[in-house]
Amino acid sequence: MKSLEELKAIREKAQAQINLREEKSDAVRVLVGMATCGIAAGARPVLNAIVDEVAKRGLKNVIVTQTGCIGICQYEPVVEVEIPGQEKITYVKMTAEKAVRVVNDHVVNKQPVTEFTIGAVNK
Amino acid sequence: MYRSTVLVCGGTGCTSSHSEEIIEALNTQLADKGLDKEVNVVKTGCFGLCALGPIMIVYPEGSFYSMVKVDDIPEIVEEHLLKGRIVTRLLYQETVDKEDNTIKSLNETAFYKKQRRTALRNCGVINPAVIDEYIAMNGYEALGKCVTEMTPEDVVNEIKESGLRGRGGGGFPTGLKWAFAQAQPKGVKYVCCNADEGDPGAFMDRSILEGDPHALLEAMAIAGYAIGSEQGYIYVRAEYPIAVERLQIALKQAREYGLLGKNIFGSDFSFDIELRLGAGAFVCGEETALMTSIEGKRGEPRPRPPFPAVKGLFGKPTILNNVETYANIPQIILNGASWFNSVGTEKSKGTKVFALGGKIKHTGLVEVPMGTTLREIVDDIGGGVPDGRKFKAAQTGGPSGGCIPAEHFDIPIDYDNLISIGSMMGSGGLIVMDDTNCMVDIAKFFLEFTVDESCGKCTPCRLGTKRLLEKLNKITSGNATMADLDELEELCYYIKENSLCGLGQTAPNPVLSTLHYFRDEYIAHVVDKKCPAGVCKSLLQYNVDADKCRGCTACARVCPTGAISGKVKEAHVIDHSKCIKCGACMEKCKFDAISKS
Repeated sequence: MKSLEELKAIREKAQAQINLREEKSDAVRVLVGMATCGIAAGARPVLNAIVDEVAKRGLKNVIVTQTGCIGICQYEPVVEVEIPGQEKITYVKMTAEKAVRVVNDHVVNKQPVTEFTIGAVNK
Repeated sequence: MYRSTVLVCGGTGCTSSHSEEIIEALNTQLADKGLDKEVNVVKTGCFGLCALGPIMIVYPEGSFYSMVKVDDIPEIVEEHLLKGRIVTRLLYQETVDKEDNTIKSLNETAFYKKQRRTALRNCGVINPAVIDEYIAMNGYEALGKCVTEMTPEDVVNEIKESGLRGRGGGGFPTGLKWAFAQAQPKGVKYVCCNADEGDPGAFMDRSILEGDPHALLEAMAIAGYAIGSEQGYIYVRAEYPIAVERLQIALKQAREYGLLGKNIFGSDFSFDIELRLGAGAFVCGEETALMTSIEGKRGEPRPRPPFPAVKGLFGKPTILNNVETYANIPQIILNGASWFNSVGTEKSKGTKVFALGGKIKHTGLVEVPMGTTLREIVDDIGGGVPDGRKFKAAQTGGPSGGCIPAEHFDIPIDYDNLISIGSMMGSGGLIVMDDTNCMVDIAKFFLEFTVDESCGKCTPCRLGTKRLLEKLNKITSGNATMADLDELEELCYYIKENSLCGLGQTAPNPVLSTLHYFRDEYIAHVVDKKCPAGVCKSLLQYNVDADKCRGCTACARVCPTGAISGKVKEAHVIDHSKCIKCGACMEKCKFDAISKS
């Protein structure tokens, strides 16, 4: 170890993993439906794509988690985004590519991707 | 990138309840389901709530699973980690809101709410075997700050100002100790760590070594920089295999990263640390005996002065601090002395770790601000005395300490308050006793320990403690007179005043404090020949209540000495000359017909 900068570089790299171990009450929550129906429809790659995108962007205040079946099995994979103080948005028939856009537009820029929401797809 | 992290406790408590197997099962199950790239299983140090082990926390949800069994793992993997459904039945019930069935944060539970974790901050959070995780928690930044921005004088002043006092027992101001060693002429000096935790019931140092070994290494390097030393020694007992293993891993990693070794952070400062394993003698926790043992000689104390800061290890200026003391150092450097001394009481700053044991619901490790009352620790954090029993006393300070009776339940705990009521902080073992504990018996237990562990170098301790124990045995067997009580007390003071080292000087404390607060119990043993708590066997008598006895013969059959006789369907009697007071009959009787008095 030759300098504080070197230490800092190691720290920032390692913090991404540790960051997961804090309890955050004001975090943005991204929920992926991972019941049997969700998994069968391909929720796993969606979940992984979201996790990777959150990691790539170094988003610290975002919790990505799974949830069970919410009863709209024909629309799986379902992804829900909860930003504290805002209404929950439900995205349906997700793919890995769509999920990345949701992270970028909605989670980061706070602009819900209307065309993927249950309201739009249902029309 | 992992989406979920499972922290499993790898402390000694949880390891003995099979957490290793749980980790293995988790890894196998995750691999089977193809989740091993998504879920990270981390073996951490102690969470503190040892009574509920093995413990597991799943993030990002923060679900706290307690008393997990290997058989529960498939369910946790399938339900929680794959499908995201929390396995409610395995959750620590305190974290479940009974009203609306939602899950509370762990920090809102009674056990954690009043705690403030400084020395234990990384225990149960990071993997102690991975240096990067320690660095992620700002590890080694304090060392970097010292070496690159502060002079050794600055470092010592910061520690002095923080008001940190030694956590190993005596409570000597740490900054002052460092200043003495710093003031010695330049030359070879040593930094030592006392990791020879020997008090029965104390396991705080062990948990820090197991859960956050790098904090100790960093602090010792800081101490080395402060006093101008290039070599450190950690004296750890060989009975702590997990701690030793993790220290070895930590040392290797720190050397690889150049955080120990030559020219740390590109400066002129070089420092390295070696481990020395102790064979577990209690006296080797005494500072002069510890250093004698590191030198490879028989571990015996020597008179002070000269103090170690002047003439210590190998005759060179040495500082010796305990593990918990060191664990506070990096935090003081990073956050400043005023951050540290804003917590605590006037003369005792910061937090203290206590190992809760005995008759208490939440056996485990807690860290609270100095000045927290015994009531808060025992009732609020510790969950109180189980089985509806009544709190009688708490023993602090191990064999050197004393008992705090219920009348002092509301005393704010710090160094000086404990001494004023005849006990001491010690290393922080806190053993809770209820009304089924006999105080004479407790004193006897600690004296048995001291007699075993006396090194024998000085007569007052070697012979005095032996005589004390004999007197106590005389009392508990019902053969003592009131004159014995007076002699007992006199002998205590003699040993206190004449022993060579701290261990001998404090050895009579358990007797003196029980004698002070529970003299009536001693008198009951001596005058009435009775043990009020029903513990001392020689003073017990088992009797059959003829009205309640149905003559089922169960007691007679279980009695190992054939002391019980009687015909079927008729009341039985116990022959007291044959009875060995094992209590087997009382346990066996379905009609509550047998009682002890």
